Amino acid sequence: MSHPDDLAYSREHEWVRMEGSHATIGITSFAADELGDIVFVELPEVGAVLTQFGTFGVVESVKAVSDLFAPVSGEVIEVNEALRDAPELMNSDPFGSGWIAKVEVSDSSELDALMDAAGYADQTA
Amino acid sequence: MTYSPHTDADRARMLDAIGVASVEDLFADIPAAVRASAWDVPPPLAEQEVRAELARLAGRNRIPHVSFLGAGVYRHLIPSVVGEVIGRPEFATAYTPYQPEVSQGTLQSIYEFQSIICELTGMEVATASHYDGATATAEAALMACRLTRRSRVAVSAGVNPDYRRVLQTYCSGPGIEVITVPVDLADGGSGTTDPAAAAAALADDVACLVAAQPNFYGQIEPMQELADAAHAAAAQLVAVVEPTSLAILQAPGDYGADLVAAEGQPLGIPASFGGPYVGIMAARMASVRQMPGRLVGATRDGDGRKGYVLTLQAREQHIRREKAASNICTNQALMALAATAYLTAVGPAGLREVAELSTIQARHVASALEDAGLAERRFSGTYFAEVTMRVPNAARRHAALAERGVVAGYLPGRGTPELRDTLLLAATELTTDADIARLVEELEATR
Repeated sequence: MSHPDDLAYSREHEWVRMEGSHATIGITSFAADELGDIVFVELPEVGAVLTQFGTFGVVESVKAVSDLFAPVSGEVIEVNEALRDAPELMNSDPFGSGWIAKVEVSDSSELDALMDAAGYADQTA
Repeated sequence: MTYSPHTDADRARMLDAIGVASVEDLFADIPAAVRASAWDVPPPLAEQEVRAELARLAGRNRIPHVSFLGAGVYRHLIPSVVGEVIGRPEFATAYTPYQPEVSQGTLQSIYEFQSIICELTGMEVATASHYDGATATAEAALMACRLTRRSRVAVSAGVNPDYRRVLQTYCSGPGIEVITVPVDLADGGSGTTDPAAAAAALADDVACLVAAQPNFYGQIEPMQELADAAHAAAAQLVAVVEPTSLAILQAPGDYGADLVAAEGQPLGIPASFGGPYVGIMAARMASVRQMPGRLVGATRDGDGRKGYVLTLQAREQHIRREKAASNICTNQALMALAATAYLTAVGPAGLREVAELSTIQARHVASALEDAGLAERRFSGTYFAEVTMRVPNAARRHAALAERGVVAGYLPGRGTPELRDTLLLAATELTTDADIARLVEELEATR
């Protein structure tokens, strides 16, 4: 299973892509495969303030319901509206069009608590 | 032997396995002071003697000759087919099954109930049912809190006082504040919720406005204005409705209700102390994931045949206990089936006739009392099938009439002192002109 090198990863199987102070958040292909077919995602609201490792949404698959845990703290500036009608994007393109939310990161030092691709690959090996 | 309890040897083995000397030791943690030491029960009776005793107790029931009692529960004609359908063993023995898809007939009946409720309310989705109207109302208010992420609710004083008490109980656990919006109870007043007062109550981060149509006093509320007031505050409107009234009143979906709750008793369920009744809840599809309780959906199986399933179960307590939409609800499948059988038997035209006859007879009650100079309408504005009448010495006369086998409605003054000298009188299609004449005659005699 390949994990893009330019992302940071959390133990709860979320990824973060940093662009300036903006972080795009999603779940990993490993998590999506483990969940199975995703049928619903409860997105955070724009303006909601996330706390690192706190819950910020719910993802529901045909076999499980799981909380989403924020890999970084910050305010939600955009959510992936496409997931409301097509939650399966989280299965088919978890690192791309299946992204969940964009966050204005409040403390970039929190990224130190996350793993790189190799570290995450070790955790899920 | 069809039933074999544990033997002494079985009990000894179990006690040994858990390392306890006697059954008594299992209760050692319960203080002696709160344990029953003796049971004061009469000696056993033979079946024949039990029957005789029960018949004696039942004989003490006083069944009124004539009743105008409503106040949330209404006596309607129940076609015999209703009892026949719910008495069928396939249904009568089937609680919502825990391997539900095996019981396609049960699921189909629930699906039909949901479909009929949607048609009646003008809403997009209805649950498989709740305990009763009060709990459905409280669940709807909690749902509005989840949808809006707010923790205050406003409720019109025109909502059945029992429902408001249940709502208060449901809100006390999660710490939701309940604000009461007054009804104009002035003599000759509207007897309805003032939209401006509702708007004021909604100003500060309130999740919903709960309002009843018709309200507890029978009055027709300005639901459109109340809906507009709620929506202006980004709050939800929870409409608490009387189901037969929907045959002639505007559907909640049409005036913008976000949630609908109702007591389903008038739909083929007899009026009885303690129920069982059935709660109705309906909503917009966009809110479906916050609905409490069971939902039946229709689908096709692998061979393309129509089938029914319990759907969206991730909301429910057996899948996600800590985050379930509700951990304090269940459905009333058998009573929902009674409502389904009733509505199917009477059909849309029959239900309209029930509603029209009820409103007509209620007007006959009011005019007969007015013509005899016995009472006057307490409120202005229009009403459905229940009317609040100003009657001097209402409580005393109500008691006197009860002695004579006539229940002169409900005494609103019991809970609302401003309405001390009023009677709340309900009529249905079962209210005869002779009943009304008897009420007039008996009230005349107590003048």
